[in-house]
Amino acid sequence: MMNVRESLEVLSRVRGSDDVVVTNQGSARIWPLVSQHPNDFQYNPSTMGGAIPLALGVAIAQPNREVVVVSGDGALLMSLGSLVSVIGSGCQNLTIIVLENGIYEVTGGQRTPASGTALDFSTIASGVGFTNAHTFDDLAAWSRHAELMFETQGPRFVNLKVGPADRQDLQTPAEVAAEQIHRFQTALANH
Amino acid sequence: MFTGAEIVAVLKEMEITHVIWVPDSEMGKWEPELDAALAQMVRVCREGEAWPLAVGLTVAGSRPLVMMQTTGLFESGDALRHVVYDLEVPVYGLIGARNWLKPEIQDSAAAYAEPLMKAWGVDFIVIDQANQAQGLKAHYSSCREAGIPGFALMAE
Repeated sequence: MMNVRESLEVLSRVRGSDDVVVTNQGSARIWPLVSQHPNDFQYNPSTMGGAIPLALGVAIAQPNREVVVVSGDGALLMSLGSLVSVIGSGCQNLTIIVLENGIYEVTGGQRTPASGTALDFSTIASGVGFTNAHTFDDLAAWSRHAELMFETQGPRFVNLKVGPADRQDLQTPAEVAAEQIHRFQTALANH
Repeated sequence: MFTGAEIVAVLKEMEITHVIWVPDSEMGKWEPELDAALAQMVRVCREGEAWPLAVGLTVAGSRPLVMMQTTGLFESGDALRHVVYDLEVPVYGLIGARNWLKPEIQDSAAAYAEPLMKAWGVDFIVIDQANQAQGLKAHYSSCREAGIPGFALMAE
């Protein structure tokens, strides 16, 4: 099981300068601690389950740009069908990274319905049609995969088994949503 | 209300680049024409996906149109709330108003369609005549110009 902040630091090292990164829920609070980039969109406050569709929209509109979306497992459970929508869209420039900790972290750590079950997100993703689906619970293995990740065919699915975040890391204040989306739109226009 | 050819013609005039939809039995008849005519149809599994997807397309420079039934609008309320009132992104939805034209059928989806729009406080029109395709275009254009979300309830 990985430290969630360290797992996101790996992503911040390998993302390209033109790549978009959309974070959500807990990751939206931690990501600003490891990355400050115009193409980052901290989707917080948000609608749970909305990050993957939002990122898919960006990916469809700008197919020559890599788009990465980081979702919690609780948020993904609220919108498992979005994996199907991604495959059905035919987009190839989207990478979904799931931080699986088995809990609703931002509400205090309550267990998700999948907690304690045999659910395997990568198996679900593979079953939906992601030919590039992987699970990691070791930082070194995730780092090795990440180094070459964008050289592989998308769409990509990566499930990272992580521990609970440092409570201090979850205190990052959210920007005003409308101001943030305006800044994001401006950045996307400079493509 | 409209044929597939009619809706395609007006969507071309509106310069719609993507249709995001969960079809209902009325709009679903348009699928062959929409598939043939538009840059891309984006099929989502659940209406709650449609609104943030429209946000992503919009902020990345496209001109999407969301199509769903009133039942889907009800289901996707929190996603819509966030898009309209937090992100303030000017999405546009063509909403099939189930059983609007069939008052003999008791259907809460029809009864609450217009009250819901009013409760949301959003800009919307009702299309209940087959000659109102240009009204859709005009409303879409005015909402875009104002930079606000808009909705057309299409009577079914």
